[in-house]
Amino acid sequence: MSKTAYINARLLDPATGLDTSGTLVTDGESIADFGEKVKAPKGAKTIDCQGKCLMPGLVDMRVQLREPGEEYKGTLESAGRAATEGGVTTMVCLPNTTPVIDDISVLEFVARRARKLGLAKVYPYGAVTKGLAGEELAEMGMLAEAGALAFTDGIHAISDARMMSRALSYAANFGLIIVQHAEEPSLAAGGCMTGGETATRLGLSGIPAAAEVIMVERDIRLVRMTGGRLHFAHVSTSDAIDTIRAAKAEGLAITCDTAPPYFALNETAIGDYRTFAKLSPPLRTEADREAVIAGLKDGTIDAIASDHAPHDEESKRVPFAQAASGGVGLETLLSVTLELYHNGHLGLLDALKLVTSAPADLFGLTAGRLQKGDPADLVLIDPDSAWKIDADHMVSISKNTPFDGRPVQGRTLMTIVDGRPVFKSD
Amino acid sequence: MNQGDLQTRFPHRHLLGIEGLTPDVLSLILDRSESYVEQNRRADKNKSTLYGRTIVNLFFEASTRTRTSFELAGKRLGSDVINMSIDTSSVKKGETLIDTAMTLNAMHPDVLVVRHGASGAVQLLSEKVNCAVINAGDGRHEHPTQALLDALTIRRRKGRISGLLVAICGDISHSRVARSNIHLLNTMGARVRLIAPRTLIPSGIENLGVEVFNDMNEGLKDCDIVMMLRLQTERMQGGFFPSIREYFHFFGLDYEKLANAREDALIMHPGPMNRGVEIASEVADDIGRSAIREQVEMGVAVRMACLELLMDNLPGDETS
Repeated sequence: MSKTAYINARLLDPATGLDTSGTLVTDGESIADFGEKVKAPKGAKTIDCQGKCLMPGLVDMRVQLREPGEEYKGTLESAGRAATEGGVTTMVCLPNTTPVIDDISVLEFVARRARKLGLAKVYPYGAVTKGLAGEELAEMGMLAEAGALAFTDGIHAISDARMMSRALSYAANFGLIIVQHAEEPSLAAGGCMTGGETATRLGLSGIPAAAEVIMVERDIRLVRMTGGRLHFAHVSTSDAIDTIRAAKAEGLAITCDTAPPYFALNETAIGDYRTFAKLSPPLRTEADREAVIAGLKDGTIDAIASDHAPHDEESKRVPFAQAASGGVGLETLLSVTLELYHNGHLGLLDALKLVTSAPADLFGLTAGRLQKGDPADLVLIDPDSAWKIDADHMVSISKNTPFDGRPVQGRTLMTIVDGRPVFKSD
Repeated sequence: MNQGDLQTRFPHRHLLGIEGLTPDVLSLILDRSESYVEQNRRADKNKSTLYGRTIVNLFFEASTRTRTSFELAGKRLGSDVINMSIDTSSVKKGETLIDTAMTLNAMHPDVLVVRHGASGAVQLLSEKVNCAVINAGDGRHEHPTQALLDALTIRRRKGRISGLLVAICGDISHSRVARSNIHLLNTMGARVRLIAPRTLIPSGIENLGVEVFNDMNEGLKDCDIVMMLRLQTERMQGGFFPSIREYFHFFGLDYEKLANAREDALIMHPGPMNRGVEIASEVADDIGRSAIREQVEMGVAVRMACLELLMDNLPGDETS
């Protein structure tokens, strides 16, 4: 087997708190050994890390692929390249493709295409309901057997209370997690940003911030009733975070994540109708942004996901109300997450844990940590290197980032999947 | 520009909204408009100031009075005016807003007058063209020339704007006229009250410097100006109030409610009116108190001033 030694590395393992200089050796596709005292084996190819940080590749638990169905917005390859550029080696993708991942044939298609590409690994979510229509349960058990990691209706909330309670009950049979986009649809209907002064000034119809906590509160009650396992995606409001904090204290099996826009931006990023800042859930007030940071600091929020949502220019170059919601995020996940470290909110390892072992552990994935014998999915980063996010230089087919022009710190130097370098910065 | 200098130029390329315009700039437009009121009452109404210039009225939303008013304004200044009414349903089929803008831009208009049903659409369009753009109403965002003609009407009738107590009544939520008027009246030193049922008051509007009332009798107390808004039934989804009958009972302007306002209170309405819905016919037609027809007259003068001020900023011949 071919061995590679990554020497002169600062080894970081957020899962264990390891932060030491040393060497990591890969053997074929796996991690053979690592540590301060580890030496490069004879005959091994050596790569000098020059003191930069070698750590587990990022696990991004919320990515929208547009393949199959909307390849003009994004493909598996485009997402794979964007992921490796951003240091992401594992993506969990939403089922909102065309056709929907509510059937094992589609799930297997996506998994097979991703394996062939050999870029970042892809694990699909299965749909909770057929066609994401919210009316009939999809074949969750069989989808799980075929490899679905968890279940969600993606960008749609499971709005019907009876359907949600059945989904939670049924998924509990198999020990499966339901991931909910928490937004009461009847309150959100027709809205395009958070309701309040800014929306009123711009003359845009608002979504009351309470639309999030209303769904969170309902679902927590349904978890109590059914004993299901529930995860809230991209929480963004102070009220929802408080409610989840209380539910966790009660010992309920509830977890949640957030996405970089919700701790790095607020609704003022919309400015004069910038459609790249139209997201779902919408950007919130400054007080909500601060509450998200507090939730990350005290562990109420379990993980950070990029919420990667590619949209072509024509979906965004229209009046704000008509524009599609969502922004690309794979290439900026690491850098924007590192703002939490650079701004003094979290330690370096704590910040990195939110995008590595924390999401991996939610789903029991063998990823996101340095462990002998595990796949060598690694990333070499410089957490301090300064650069400016530039939409024009993104590798993703769609370039709709809400962070265009933002100065950030922290950059991927090299990305390794199964022992193979798949990305190297110039 | 140095402090104390008189504002003689409009300092922006486009007129997209009232928000952000200074009192000096607003006065400049109103003063210029004033000069056209007289001209418009003469037999020979035409000037040739804008001879050779082209104005395109680009309306993505139905409009009779605003479009006609801009058309007359352009023609009285000697320019060519072309009207384009675009059925939004056909826009949805293929050509996007940006495509339409680029197509028109290639024909070298000097001013585009644009109305669109989506807030921010006119701003988006203005970023893609070389000519000046006037917002003739975008969604529920702004309708600057309406606020200006309202201000001119008020100034001529009351001699001032500063210090007046103005009530804006009705469907605030869906109204671009209300937003533009709030910005303008506040900038010019008037006090603004909003009167509407809670379902028609958008959240956070009190931060725009207004007092909010949910009771017509209370809100109208001592007002100098009563501005009624059209109930935008076409923009309403779902029930904001139970019935027209109930709405008129509580929020329609009749003589009884009007008695709370000052005796010389002026009644205004941007039109078109829904008689018997937001305003009683006899109040609307009260020649002594209603300024509704005068508002229409002022509209042409204000639009002439806006067109002229924007054209003053346009470069001369293009060089290729």
